[in-house]
Amino acid sequence: MKSYRALRTAPSPDHAVVRGPGEVEVHLQVNGESRRTTIEPRVSLLDALRDRLELTGTKKGCNQGACGACTVWVDGRPVLSCLTLAITCENREVTTIEGLSDGDTLHPMQQAFLDCDAFQCGYCTPGQIMSAVALLAEGHAGDDTEIREWMSGNICRCAAYPHIRAAVRRVRDEGGRGDASR
Amino acid sequence: MRPVSYSRATDVATAIGAVSADPQSAFLAGGTTQVDLLRIYVEQPRRLVDINDLPLNRIEELPGGGLRLGGLARMSDVAEEPELVRRYPMVAEALLLGASPQLRNMATIAGNLMQRVRCSYFRDVAAGCNKRAPGTGCSALDGINRGHAVLGTSDCCIATHPSDLGVALVALDAVVQTESPAGQRSIPIDDFFLLPGQTPEREHPLTHGELVTGIDLPPTPVAATSRYIKIRDRESYEFALASVAVAMSVADGRITEIRLALGGVATKPWRARQAERLLDGAPATTESFTRAAEAELAPAVPHGMNAFKIELARRTMVRALESMAQREGTT
Repeated sequence: MKSYRALRTAPSPDHAVVRGPGEVEVHLQVNGESRRTTIEPRVSLLDALRDRLELTGTKKGCNQGACGACTVWVDGRPVLSCLTLAITCENREVTTIEGLSDGDTLHPMQQAFLDCDAFQCGYCTPGQIMSAVALLAEGHAGDDTEIREWMSGNICRCAAYPHIRAAVRRVRDEGGRGDASR
Repeated sequence: MRPVSYSRATDVATAIGAVSADPQSAFLAGGTTQVDLLRIYVEQPRRLVDINDLPLNRIEELPGGGLRLGGLARMSDVAEEPELVRRYPMVAEALLLGASPQLRNMATIAGNLMQRVRCSYFRDVAAGCNKRAPGTGCSALDGINRGHAVLGTSDCCIATHPSDLGVALVALDAVVQTESPAGQRSIPIDDFFLLPGQTPEREHPLTHGELVTGIDLPPTPVAATSRYIKIRDRESYEFALASVAVAMSVADGRITEIRLALGGVATKPWRARQAERLLDGAPATTESFTRAAEAELAPAVPHGMNAFKIELARRTMVRALESMAQREGTT
């Protein structure tokens, strides 16, 4: 599996400098690529990904930290990109749903969501998958109770929860291939 | 969200200096409360000082057997620390029963203590709220107040303190370590959370620019037998309607040491001192537990929709104490 951790080519920001409130140049590492964009410091990571970097796989649900649709990884850990300011992610590694697949080859968790019919409208799915891959890697998929608890930060209003758990179980039982890029 | 300027501090002195020098500035750590409140105009600093790179994320042994939790340690990291789980299980349980995995990866220990209330009127800038806008009245007194407090309230504010962690920390007599341009100081946790009284806008004794650098957990052998019970509307990812942190030791059927605190029902993490006094030395029986719980809740004041919390808190306390007594093998 790919490792993004070593790729830290973004120039270090000058920490002493006060930047903004107008637009400033921000350097991000996203899915192993160095990306540069011009945004105000108040712009969330979610909006920077979707509106500036054209990575629209990450979804905006509640935009207030309640639904989990915007879940991405920062330095390998699931976080809510709606409550994260993009500028705070300089010198950190951001991974989005687009970073999970290897070209046209889906990540095993993505394939399991398809095979298990683990979504209906699909809007929460990218966030669900980012959490699901992480929970397997962290060893929190022992049984359905544990999966339910550790997936509770991702709301699915189509209520596909039983199938989402089935997808997590499938990847778990096929040999723990959920450990994507850690 | 209003426009904000941004800088990233890499040492404590720079961070404190930057915020202290500008009344319209604020620290930015995990951001889970702050970015949310910025977006809805409840908080409106013009400058954010990002403190995530400060070297304050470690968990260290204290001389004498306690632990120091760095202020910037993330909830998820602290919850998994083996020595914390062994010596203070109720702290780890309180952390893991709070928020969601994503939020726990973001939120810091210091930020957890500094988080703001979830009262819907505090969050609605069009509503009267003495905490957000002093003197504008409390809309919750006669409003939608099912989630509000029954202990520690005033006629100015009845908002519930939302922290689970804080409940376990007040039971432990934790100590908050801070630093400001005036120097370092240690604040006992029970003094760190202020009752609303007539000044609900003042939640902590901190000065502007004073930074919570760490939280000390004193050596507390009884805390090795402790737990945190949380009752809520759904099983996960929800604030408490009532919660209990309890540490207890029993010998010959009598309680030899007791620490008890309540969450979800009070305006600050609530140390149940009245109940502790009654339980200390008492038989470890349901009768004792019930009498103590009722005494603690005697001063409780309902506000319409939240009246159920008094009975719920009583039952939660009794259940928590019974479960500890059973664990000790005495009932």
